[in-house]
Amino acid sequence: MSLKLGVPSKGRLMEKTFDWFAKRGVTLSRTGSDREYAGAIEGVEGMELVLLSAGEVPRELAAGRIHLGVTGTDLIQEKLPLWEQQLEELRPLGFGHADLILAVPQCWVDVDLLDDLDAVAASFRQGHGHRLRIATKYHRLVREFLTNAGVADYQLVDSQGATEGTVKNETAEIVADITSTGETLRANHLKLLSDGLVLRSQATLWRSRVAKYSDAEKAALKQLLDLLGS
Amino acid sequence: MSDRSMTLARATRIRMNFEAAGAQVVDPPYLQPAGTLLDLYGEDIRARAYVTSDAVRGEQMLRPDFTVPVVEMHMRHGAEPARYTYAGEVFRRQEQDPERASEYLQVGYEVFDRSDSAGADAEVFALFALQLRGLPLRAATGDIGILMAAVQGLETTEVRKAALMRHIWRPRRFRALLDRFAGRTPPPESRRKLLETEGTLTGSAVEVGKRRAHEIQARVDLLREDAKAPPIAEHELLALEALMMVRETLPFATEQLRDIAVDLPQINPALDRLDARAAALKARGIDIDNLDFEASYGRTSMEYYDGFVFGFYAEARPDLPPIASGGRYDALTRQLGQGAEIPAVGGVLRPDLMLELEEGQS
Repeated sequence: MSLKLGVPSKGRLMEKTFDWFAKRGVTLSRTGSDREYAGAIEGVEGMELVLLSAGEVPRELAAGRIHLGVTGTDLIQEKLPLWEQQLEELRPLGFGHADLILAVPQCWVDVDLLDDLDAVAASFRQGHGHRLRIATKYHRLVREFLTNAGVADYQLVDSQGATEGTVKNETAEIVADITSTGETLRANHLKLLSDGLVLRSQATLWRSRVAKYSDAEKAALKQLLDLLGS
Repeated sequence: MSDRSMTLARATRIRMNFEAAGAQVVDPPYLQPAGTLLDLYGEDIRARAYVTSDAVRGEQMLRPDFTVPVVEMHMRHGAEPARYTYAGEVFRRQEQDPERASEYLQVGYEVFDRSDSAGADAEVFALFALQLRGLPLRAATGDIGILMAAVQGLETTEVRKAALMRHIWRPRRFRALLDRFAGRTPPPESRRKLLETEGTLTGSAVEVGKRRAHEIQARVDLLREDAKAPPIAEHELLALEALMMVRETLPFATEQLRDIAVDLPQINPALDRLDARAAALKARGIDIDNLDFEASYGRTSMEYYDGFVFGFYAEARPDLPPIASGGRYDALTRQLGQGAEIPAVGGVLRPDLMLELEEGQS
């Protein structure tokens, strides 16, 4: 068997991952047609490239079906509550920077801190008969963050895309989403909470502590780590 | 016998003891509508309960406790006074600690009685102590009603008192609010700027979302008023802090609390209730001279309890959760009763942990 490296199968994240490895003497490439999810690795003996969706990398690592994987800190921490026991963080890759933040409408001039958000949630619930809705796909991370901050009377509503639009559509009062520049927030008349940074995320190379490693796979891992340097 | 059938047998035996004490057996469904539990506990419950759903009933939870369904059932068609008992599984989602059980048996006893609160408190506690006799346990007791009375009687605005009351069960947020209202921490920069700006404030920002301009303006007005309100007085603050620190055997705790009541006279009625409970416990044979009392007991783990609270702990096994716990939850009946309310007190036992401790003893 060979040492399996899982890499996002599409877009900029894949290209940048390929570039990052190339700079360190490891060539990753897609093989076959554009539509076929097959890949190859040159530069390290006994490694295999597995192309899959970035969202599936955490699950595959935790199940030990791949030994190594590239994906964002946000997805790892959202999907794997025990990630520190299951995974080792090998290298931050220096791209794919994104912050998971809380954002409220700009017109909420009275809200700048979690403190304000909590007070508003209480009166909103009284006035509207339901808890203040927060649209997000990062349920666990946001819930833990708000629990630690002591914010109450909110409700998480699932939003898998176009999250910033939920406020205007009145299906949520505020959002918790990934942002890199904040432009989408501004365009949707939203602003950051000053102390509402839930998590800083970037693309990272992870190693599964759960996966089984044969001698050949251990050797491949050592060879790879030597190439990656510190 | 297997562990499970022994646990079941023990659970059944305790439930029969509770029946003999006058309780009626109830058997609520495993699946509970998620909405009620979410409205009560907030989103946090999702971290502790298993959620499932179907197209017809929507989101359902595997019951994380019996109290809520028993209260709901009583509020719908219970006669008064009433005593209920139940034995069955509860389910707790475990995300951090694989050692903790995600499914275990609870046996409970709940009393709905308007006539004699102190007597009902003592009845539940003494009945639990009886089931647990012989086990190496320490009983902890407290009374969240005393802290609530202290807050409600503070010489400050109703808005501030409501904010503190809302966070009684979140000690850290409570502390932060208290420091703010007492002027110990200055208002944040953004608040200062907001309050310095004159007139209407929404200005150029586009109005989006369900929270309307008038609601925003109303909060700004509230904040302006709050900025004018004097800080909570030093003597009240110190007394409140002393109150939260009280941790003694019951007679000494009562003495300390009466001293504190010189500065916080609003707690005297709650202390009278504490005295009445102590007398009722004593009458039932509880050794109150050696019973621990902590004024802050139950604030982190026992949301919805608003009076007497208790727990039984295995001192030699700090890794175990409480073997039994319970308390008074008058406000819960108000919340679930849609206008109706009835004083209520109750608790649950863990037969599995009782057996585990007995094994350790032999």
